[in-house]
Amino acid sequence: MSAASSAAARVRIQIQDFDLSAEVAALRGGHAGIGAVCSFIGTVRDRHAAGPEVGAAEPILAMELEHYPGMTEKAIEAMIDQAQQRFDIFDARVIHRVGLLQAMDQIVLVAVASKHRHESFAACEFLMDYLKTQAPFWKKEQTAQGACWVDARVADDAALARWGISASNL
Amino acid sequence: MKVEIRYFASIREAVGVAAESVETTADTLAALRDELIALDAPHAQALARGRALRMALNQVMCRESVSLLDGAEVAFFPPVTGG
Repeated sequence: MSAASSAAARVRIQIQDFDLSAEVAALRGGHAGIGAVCSFIGTVRDRHAAGPEVGAAEPILAMELEHYPGMTEKAIEAMIDQAQQRFDIFDARVIHRVGLLQAMDQIVLVAVASKHRHESFAACEFLMDYLKTQAPFWKKEQTAQGACWVDARVADDAALARWGISASNL
Repeated sequence: MKVEIRYFASIREAVGVAAESVETTADTLAALRDELIALDAPHAQALARGRALRMALNQVMCRESVSLLDGAEVAFFPPVTGG
């Protein structure tokens, strides 16, 4: 555990929204050895990504997020442990929302603190690639046509493969 | 032995229940899956071979060749789509 680690939970799964500034302040925790903080926020689009033309896809009215209580938290904790082994980082935070979300809502936050920027950028991307393919969350989109589970994307497995990890072998 | 089974997302909807407790003689997750498929039509459809399915043993993702343990928590779910 690094000096920057605080008592705050590294992983939170919650219904309520989160505040980037407050989370970054908590992550830094007054530790002057931190020289870089990198954060990523995922948000709800109002259209399917697959539509080739803007306006061609059915608007998304809402998105429901389901998870596996217990396993989700453990899986993300293990991802952060891996990130700490691979990269020279002080600490990381992951917040993922569940329940009913609307277009433009924030879904996920990953924030990483390190001495220098490269390690924070890399660890942040590593955590998101890992989370996308290995953390048990499922999205269901609601459109005027009805509700539909989102299909997993092959591109997400390919993103994880960049780090030398095969999604199908886990 | 007895195992607790949990289903999530589209698999949960197809089976019709979120969790169930079953008595089994299966020695692996694959064998347990076969037993469940033989139960009834909803299980057969939800857990059908060829359907994209992931599984976890005691809350850790695993392959279906892993050995089943008495009292284990087994979960079946589709590929994840968080983030």
